[in-house]
Amino acid sequence: MSIFSPRSLPEALEIANNHPTARLLAGGTDTMVEINFRHYEPTDIISLRHVRELQTFEQTGEVYRVGSAIPYREFENGSYAHISQALSEAARTVGSPQIRAAGTIGGNLGTCSPAGDTLPVLSALDAQIELASVNGTRVLSIHDFMLGVKRNARASNEIITAINFSKIDGYQGYAKVGVRNAMVISIASACLVHDPKNQRVAIALGAVGPTIIRCRESEAWLSDNTDLSTNSPISADITNEFARRVSAEARPITDHRSTAEYRKHAVGVLAQRLLKRAMQ
Amino acid sequence: MSTSPEMYSLRVNGTEQHVKDAWIGESLLYVLRERLGFMGAKGACEQGECGSCTVLINNDAVCSCLVMAASAIDTDITTVEGLATTETPNDIQQAFVTEGAVQCGFCTPGLIVAVHHLLETNSSPSEIEVKEALSGNICRCTGYGRIFSAVQLVISQREKSVS
Repeated sequence: MSIFSPRSLPEALEIANNHPTARLLAGGTDTMVEINFRHYEPTDIISLRHVRELQTFEQTGEVYRVGSAIPYREFENGSYAHISQALSEAARTVGSPQIRAAGTIGGNLGTCSPAGDTLPVLSALDAQIELASVNGTRVLSIHDFMLGVKRNARASNEIITAINFSKIDGYQGYAKVGVRNAMVISIASACLVHDPKNQRVAIALGAVGPTIIRCRESEAWLSDNTDLSTNSPISADITNEFARRVSAEARPITDHRSTAEYRKHAVGVLAQRLLKRAMQ
Repeated sequence: MSTSPEMYSLRVNGTEQHVKDAWIGESLLYVLRERLGFMGAKGACEQGECGSCTVLINNDAVCSCLVMAASAIDTDITTVEGLATTETPNDIQQAFVTEGAVQCGFCTPGLIVAVHHLLETNSSPSEIEVKEALSGNICRCTGYGRIFSAVQLVISQREKSVS
């Protein structure tokens, strides 16, 4: 059993390559709960706390490159709160201030829970995920990265280094249903992004399927039936039908947090609310 | 670099502390209390919900139950013991006593650290900012009213001492 605390990305990649069974540790807010409750017995750990490269942020033209070890707090109200309103709203709903100071966006991707709060946002923004290994770097679409319940496409020798997405000028928002306002894991969530320049709306759902669901059919129906080049209000018939279609694309299960029926209903309500907020 | 999980050192309240015979999965909360004797941070939920184990790491308020202790090497860890001495409480601790914000006292050290962190980053928070900053700290006795009064008392005392 060892804990590695690499000081640079090349060093971290070398260690990950030589220890394929090691667990990567970012903020620790998921892993430590597993350990504290004896659901996971750690062997080798690679702590990413001191890898500076993972905490960098760059903007090239209209594209943001966000380091994977940046904590939620920086998107909520810190240095990067301005880059995406939806990401900011999603970050605000994660745990408590203490958890948002520690937990990272890369950790959310690594855990890849269907209820991960930043994941519907990254899906709706069509984010690109950078994965590095000693063999080089590859870039995967978020849609190809997320494979299922707590499963993703990261190979054992890879580290999630950054998330890339483009600046979008229209409305974007995140909404979530839980049993209360603070400290809650979502029962159902949705992110809606309106991109007037490309005349489209993207909507992604959390906690209503094995992984995040992009509602491609609802999106296509909406652009066929609405002028999405502006944010002029649209009829109640359109928003209601959009909500019905989004709800139909959800594939929820019943578990200890809620029932499939309620989740299906709830994502429809969230879709309707977000579309109304976008179009006003 | 690799650290043996059995032997490493942590910088707690400005002093290097050697940790011996540790298990890799031990949380910072466990190591502070059981190995190093810092009993200020309290353990209750062990899943980041209650905030009673709040400490500062590099001036960020975090739940020490969710920090792998051996990963906190080369950071500055501040516990409630690092904010004042038992004989001379700081103004936040005194305000908690004055306002009756302490009942059973179990959540108090976490709250003191959270309030300290808030006022270090924002010396005149609004009411909603205070509530937001303390939303990760659960108190089952007070109903929070007296805690908010204590924070307001500190804010007004500090404002007076500046002007």
